Amino acid sequence: MNELTPFWSAWIIAITLGSIFGCYWLLASVRSNKKHPNGEVPTTGHVYDGIEELDNPLPRWWYWKFVITVVFALIYLALYPGLGNFKGLLGWTQINQYEREVAKAEQEFGPLFAKYQSTDLVELSQDEKAMRLGQRLFSNNCAICHGSAATGSYGFPNLTDNDWLYGGEASEIKTTILHGRTAAMPAWGASLGEQGINDATQYVLSLSGKATDNDAVAKGKDIFAANCVACHGQDGKGNKLFGAPNLTDDIWLYGGTQQQVMQTLRNGRAGKMPAWNEILGEDKTHIVSAYVYSLSHQE
Amino acid sequence: MRHEIIEKNIGLMIALIIVAISFGAMVEIVPLFFMQKTTQPVENLKPLTALELEGRDIYIREGCVGCHTQMIRPFRAETERYGPYSVAGESVYDHPHLWGSKRTGPDLARVGQRYSDEWHRAHLYNPRDVVPESNMPSFPWLFNSTLDGNSTADKMLALRSVGVPFTDEQITTAKEDVRGKREIDALVAYLQQLGTVIKR
Repeated sequence: MNELTPFWSAWIIAITLGSIFGCYWLLASVRSNKKHPNGEVPTTGHVYDGIEELDNPLPRWWYWKFVITVVFALIYLALYPGLGNFKGLLGWTQINQYEREVAKAEQEFGPLFAKYQSTDLVELSQDEKAMRLGQRLFSNNCAICHGSAATGSYGFPNLTDNDWLYGGEASEIKTTILHGRTAAMPAWGASLGEQGINDATQYVLSLSGKATDNDAVAKGKDIFAANCVACHGQDGKGNKLFGAPNLTDDIWLYGGTQQQVMQTLRNGRAGKMPAWNEILGEDKTHIVSAYVYSLSHQE
Repeated sequence: MRHEIIEKNIGLMIALIIVAISFGAMVEIVPLFFMQKTTQPVENLKPLTALELEGRDIYIREGCVGCHTQMIRPFRAETERYGPYSVAGESVYDHPHLWGSKRTGPDLARVGQRYSDEWHRAHLYNPRDVVPESNMPSFPWLFNSTLDGNSTADKMLALRSVGVPFTDEQITTAKEDVRGKREIDALVAYLQQLGTVIKR
């Protein structure tokens, strides 16, 4: 099905070879071998403003250069695919060149990846060579959200502070990368009202000692107990099952000012970590996981 | 000399020049129109939804193709970075195709589902908010303009006339599908489906 029909194959062969031989015919037919024994060169008969055009033959080196390009074209078409469905004597295709390249890399790096794959993540995070590899993989795939220094940005977690939404054990990190995570902080604006949002915000800020209005904190405490503890826990320390952040450590994914926390409460948040299993594959994910683990476990 | 006949007859000369320079196109382009590999969609390829189609038009309007290709070449260096190389059957519903040729930014042929919607929004609002080294322009106006959907159905009809199999139902509901949506959401929807038909 990937082949040309015989008609189109013949069409290509006819035009290609026709062009090449046509070029040669043109070259040969206009070549003048006439010797001019007395040095007299005839003119082409063109005269403009008294200036005549001499009919000199092509310089010899030029003529041979043309011949060489014709010969080159024929050799090329014999070796490589170009003439319709003829595959060329070398059997080259861009896909089999690619496959050879991949197979060579597989042969070179395959055993290395297999070795790393069977090494425990924590142990692997101590392996300098593997971590250099992990750093490259991180730069190519993860840095776009988490930053090239892995310190994150607004809405994208810092991976160097050993504060984890979904757990910081090496195996938990690997699960996060392999399968992705989807957070769901609901929007409370409609049900709590603006006053309720304000009070709840004050209570949340009080957990890291940043509250500014003690009356609101007291009211916010009840709102928190009624609505927020299911995910964030009684003490506000979060729950890695839902990716609910610890609210007491003054580390904020979406900012920790009063305005920012109110914004989060009012409109909700839906942070999403994409799944990398299909993109990176298990072996590379293993190395990246160890690398991410190493970022917050350096001596 | 016989070449006087051509040189003194401009109409004949134009005709012969066109014949001479069309040999390349006749060999390299014309046969592809009759080859299954280049005219048949890959398995599971679907036409874009109305919102994705509007997103594609925004991609074209904002000139994304000027810096981003959608063509992963069969080199290991590219497939390691972006995913499986692009094949012709993935682009049969693209009119015009957006393969591009200028690679200032990364290739986008398989950017779909690689990053979150949230990331795309943050990045398009101001790329430096998430990638400090980036030199991509910001597109903040996409967040303020909404689509009216007045021409979406017509666009789909035009595309259907060149072989994109939109269903009647898709065309009937096209206007309400996109009406009132922000341009940014259309563009992100378009980006998130790019290259997702072929998996590693």
